[in-house]
Amino acid sequence: MSRSRSLTLGVIASALVVSASVALAQTAQKQQKPAPAKAAPAPAAAPVKLGLGAPATPEEIKGWDIDVRPDGHGLPPGSGTAAKGEEIFQAQCATCHGEFGEGKDRWPTLAGGHGSLTHDRPEKTIGSFWPYASTIFDYVKRAMPFGNAQSLSDDEIYSITAYLLQVNDVIKDPNFELNAKTIADIKMPNANGFYDDDRETAEKGFWNRKPCMKDCKTEAKVLNRARVLDVTPDSKGGPKVD
Amino acid sequence: MEHDSSKRGAAGTSRRGFLAGLATGASVAASGGALAQVGAHGKARAKNLPPNVPDWSKVLGDGVAAHPYGKPSKFEKTVVRRDVEWLTASRESSINFTPIYALDGIITPNGLCFERHHGGAAEINPAEHRLMIHGLVDKPLIFTMADILRMPRTNRVYFLECAANSGMEWRGAQLNGCQFTHGMVHNVMYTGVPLKVILEEAGVKPQGKWILAEGADSAGMTRSLPIEKALGDCLVAFKMNGEALRQEQGYPLRLVVPGWEGNLWVKWLRRIEVGDKPWYTHEETSKYTTLMSDGRSRKFTFFMDAKSVVTAPSPEMPLIAKGRNVLTGIAWSGRGKVTRVDVTLDGGKNWTEARIDGPVFDRSLTRFYLDFDWQGQELMVQSRAHDDTGYVQPTKEELRAVRGVNNIYHNNGIQTWLVHANGETENVEIS
Repeated sequence: MSRSRSLTLGVIASALVVSASVALAQTAQKQQKPAPAKAAPAPAAAPVKLGLGAPATPEEIKGWDIDVRPDGHGLPPGSGTAAKGEEIFQAQCATCHGEFGEGKDRWPTLAGGHGSLTHDRPEKTIGSFWPYASTIFDYVKRAMPFGNAQSLSDDEIYSITAYLLQVNDVIKDPNFELNAKTIADIKMPNANGFYDDDRETAEKGFWNRKPCMKDCKTEAKVLNRARVLDVTPDSKGGPKVD
Repeated sequence: MEHDSSKRGAAGTSRRGFLAGLATGASVAASGGALAQVGAHGKARAKNLPPNVPDWSKVLGDGVAAHPYGKPSKFEKTVVRRDVEWLTASRESSINFTPIYALDGIITPNGLCFERHHGGAAEINPAEHRLMIHGLVDKPLIFTMADILRMPRTNRVYFLECAANSGMEWRGAQLNGCQFTHGMVHNVMYTGVPLKVILEEAGVKPQGKWILAEGADSAGMTRSLPIEKALGDCLVAFKMNGEALRQEQGYPLRLVVPGWEGNLWVKWLRRIEVGDKPWYTHEETSKYTTLMSDGRSRKFTFFMDAKSVVTAPSPEMPLIAKGRNVLTGIAWSGRGKVTRVDVTLDGGKNWTEARIDGPVFDRSLTRFYLDFDWQGQELMVQSRAHDDTGYVQPTKEELRAVRGVNNIYHNNGIQTWLVHANGETENVEIS
């Protein structure tokens, strides 16, 4: 490396060190002080820019920005109905999920299970469990059909979403038009079934206790054992590894 | 990082020889197949034992060109990730388990880190990988890998635990092996750029309260994260244990979300959108929410609470000799450092503080030992982790009392191994 080049790089490097030391010092502090219940707020000081990366153009963003929120943010133009969706679902989805979303083998069950969440064996489906209809559109668009992701048109996804809402009795009319506006108005049966993590209060008793160390109980009996079920995979021969 | 195969190989070989002797006596039944595993290489041959000069001392070994990328000794071939076929419908959307019973220290070798994919492990040419930052930012940006490698980087050791680790055990003891009950965890040193650096390059607008992190795999894995965490200690990592991320761990780029559930650590990270609200994606509604006994569910259950497990003795690591023995295990907490681990050998009547050995990092696996004498009596072995927030690992019954049995996720209850008089060890629950 020539002397002038190394000098230039030296200048760039020292400029980088300024911003780097700010960021790293903050990270290091986090590592020393384990996270309390909530992460510390962002510092107010204006960050030093590195000048890296290229501007993301609207076209580039449009091609990748496929996410959808419950309030309808991100939903594309287009529409569909359950009537149209039934046909697409049978062709694209029923092999794994069954004709009516009842599920096949170990593939996910998409419909049914209403009112089962307090049962011994709850069935968590779109209708019985999912809080928002937007999640169906978002997930089908990004991940389905399994092994052929992002192959469906937006109209097809609106129709599949409508069909899944219909087999879950969320919408009744097979010709109801599902679109960016109507999807946000759909109220899912279990929409109110979720609350923020409350372990720090509901499980407060797990903190700051002094567990017994000596003569803590008089007997310990076996209540159940894994071998009774006999579901542990045979580990005599390991799977092939690369 | 590769493990020290010379040491491991030596220990493994002698155990194998010992077990082969036991197995031929047929006095010990293999529970998790462990005895079969370790006995697979047969008895030690007298011609290679003192006073004879062993074969390998007479001939040349492999030259330096034989293994451009080194692999573990062939005698360690059973130490691999394993899966439970009945657990999932396909192997592309599935999970396998770290063989924690065979590991020591705190670092998990890269090739043994458990895998969880939702649409298979994407294979990405780093020259074609891009990270896009957009949404509520001043300047939407796209970064190449070369850009990322020009940013200030840092090194941190963190555990990653799947929220479903031990999830099969909510209703009682089910799987006979600590690889299966507790193997959805690994611990490596990451090299990466603080996510804060990348976000600030784009400039987060004041109304930006959440980010969406998205993977480039065929599941387009997405999770919402609060902006405080994103601007806090998250990393965008490209190295693990010094070398490039493994394909199955998100090569070339993954999110590191210290102490929080593994599902958030988006692999093959391609896009971050800043928004004012969470997205309620599939992975934070249908999955990774915890169903309570009243039919309602906790959401955004990010933290992994303190947990520990004894990895030996365990179903895969039965006791093979009376007298001196080493009990060992791992402990971790998503809320901070492990400060103490208690161990009982008698099912909780009496506890002893275990010896913690090796580095104790914040939100990292921590190694503990109890050197003990065994006279062939039945043991009920448990471990109990404490962290520096004062959290003490609960029993499974204590967890069930609060949550019921349908949580699936976040089962950090105390594990019990029953060691029989013949050393065989099984997964049980006790009163």
